[in-house]
Amino acid sequence: MRRIEIILSRLLWLIPTLVGLVVVVFFIANVVPTDPARIIAGENATTEQVEALRAELGFDRPLWEQLGIYVRDLATGNMGRSLYTQRPIADDLAHRLPATLELTFAAIIIAIGLGIPLGVVSAVKRNSLTDQVLRVLSVSGLAIASFWLAMELQMLFSTRWGLTPLNGRISGFGPDEITGFFVLDSLLTWDMESLGGALLHLLLPAVTLALPAAATILRFTRAGVLEVINSNFVLYETAMGLPRGLIIWKYVLRNALISTVTQIGLIFGVLFSGAVVVEAVFDWPGLGTYAVQSILQSDNKAILGFTILVGVVFIVVNLIVDILHTFIDPRTLK
Amino acid sequence: MTDALLTISDLSLGFRGEAGFAHILDGVNLTMRPGEIMGLVGESGCGKTTLARAILGVLPRAALELRGGAIGFRGTDMLADGAAQAAIRGRRITFIPQDPFSSLNPVFTIGEQIDDLMKWKSPRRGEGGRWPALLAPYGRSRRAADRAAVIETLEAVQLPQPERLLRKYPHEVSGGQRQRLMIAMALLPEPDLIIADEPTTALDVTIQAQILGLLRRLASERGVAVMLTTHDLGSAWEICDAITVMYAGQDVEAAPVTEFFRAPAHPYTNKLLASLPDAEGGGAMTGIPGEVPDFLAPPPGCRFAPRCERASAACATRPAQTPRGPGHLVRCVHPVAAPVHAEAEA
Repeated sequence: MRRIEIILSRLLWLIPTLVGLVVVVFFIANVVPTDPARIIAGENATTEQVEALRAELGFDRPLWEQLGIYVRDLATGNMGRSLYTQRPIADDLAHRLPATLELTFAAIIIAIGLGIPLGVVSAVKRNSLTDQVLRVLSVSGLAIASFWLAMELQMLFSTRWGLTPLNGRISGFGPDEITGFFVLDSLLTWDMESLGGALLHLLLPAVTLALPAAATILRFTRAGVLEVINSNFVLYETAMGLPRGLIIWKYVLRNALISTVTQIGLIFGVLFSGAVVVEAVFDWPGLGTYAVQSILQSDNKAILGFTILVGVVFIVVNLIVDILHTFIDPRTLK
Repeated sequence: MTDALLTISDLSLGFRGEAGFAHILDGVNLTMRPGEIMGLVGESGCGKTTLARAILGVLPRAALELRGGAIGFRGTDMLADGAAQAAIRGRRITFIPQDPFSSLNPVFTIGEQIDDLMKWKSPRRGEGGRWPALLAPYGRSRRAADRAAVIETLEAVQLPQPERLLRKYPHEVSGGQRQRLMIAMALLPEPDLIIADEPTTALDVTIQAQILGLLRRLASERGVAVMLTTHDLGSAWEICDAITVMYAGQDVEAAPVTEFFRAPAHPYTNKLLASLPDAEGGGAMTGIPGEVPDFLAPPPGCRFAPRCERASAACATRPAQTPRGPGHLVRCVHPVAAPVHAEAEA
């Protein structure tokens, strides 16, 4: 299959995947025994008032009909209105998406930057002291609860040493908004003050989110390198006298990354949805805090919208991973 | 012996594992002259590949235990001088691997792999600076000259459409083509010696003869010596100038190819030749009774003694190399006097 065929077939698969996602998420959201109409109407509302509100919001219709309406609206980008903010959910999500994506991207960059080189070193020097230390650290990295790590980092870096801001995304107004990504926007507008502020605010939450991911990437890279390092082509390259650095960091690493890239795709999705806790601790105005509020308010449609968005991010990232694979491993194009 | 290209003297080494010390090479002597095509013959597991890898310096270091001896290449002591050996590897001595299917990196194009080889091992490369491997520069004029040499060599190994081939990935070309490619890559650094470790074992029988013929012709034309390890006396007969026979990690007999087949002196060599099927198709194949000894506890002296009908108590001490004729050396207390095989043919 050629690359374009692979991409097109994956894009075609997007449609049934998305439909399946929406249907499943919609029914799960409606299984929860809450009564949004009563919550909106308030404690003092009469039964008639609640019924009227329910009819107005369409909650009295059969579930399949509600699903039909929801899908029809969704196709035009309309996810309904949030019961809590009274604004279109799609707008709320779109407004908060850049904050979470920025945090997730920062975290995944840190995780890759730490995980891959350390994984290679760990494999090349396997069973050495370096390897043992890295393996212990990576197990700890996976075991540490992120809310605890977040608070420890806050206490050290913000409270004790005053190096980083305690929470939030920026102090002051921030850069002029173009994309909603503060780092990118400050670069585009060449606003160095905002750039510094955005990066400093980003540092602790991104590191908190990144460490467990880095540990996973380290372990996969280490396993990948160990799998490849005794293969015949490494023996051949060594026997032909190519420099060790070239063999390890180019020829071995590319082979080892085949499985690691799949893992990084999954991790990105996990980080994106898992940002909820970190956002809560750092008061990060992203999707996570929005999701928490929506759940507390029984704001079903907002929860639905958030869940679908997370699903879409997962699907898109996996699509990107599939495309990346065709570049890393030409055998997929056979 | 000043004209020798490669001199291996009394090389003893093995690997330390959980089961103990496996003594693979036991006092191996071997000499190669420039331009000579030498067949290193023996059964699987006789130490041919270990010897080849010892010369290349790519034995697994963690378990390796060197007991003594030396590998001299044009006056360089390869075992003592790691830096000199690294400079020689891939440049003065190149390598053709056994399995061309798995010896090319599957995720890079053939062209990219050859480019890296030429960047580091081209004969036009000067003394490169101390660059980290991934950042080293590759000058434009040298790159162009190298590319011309690559195309010329790919044509010499009869690979059609070399420009297109360079853009392909290894899995897109056949096994025979890949082994031609390995030969080309071994020739490109313009080495003095190519170590070919059973280069045709993984290929179809119909292609084996072609590949060996090609290797023989190009090596002769370019004056490159070849050490060909093989378990196949037939192919050794066809392309080699000289043959060294190994048994269980010991060299037992070395001779120019005609002398070797005319008057084999070591009992093991005779058994090996007798085990070949006859050219006329007649004559039953005779195996050699007994088994190859355990490297963890090899018999003292001549390791073939336990399977040898001529053996005596004297065989418990390993005999020195004894001349039998011009270039013909044998290590045996009781060599076979009459050229048994030649008589059978007459």
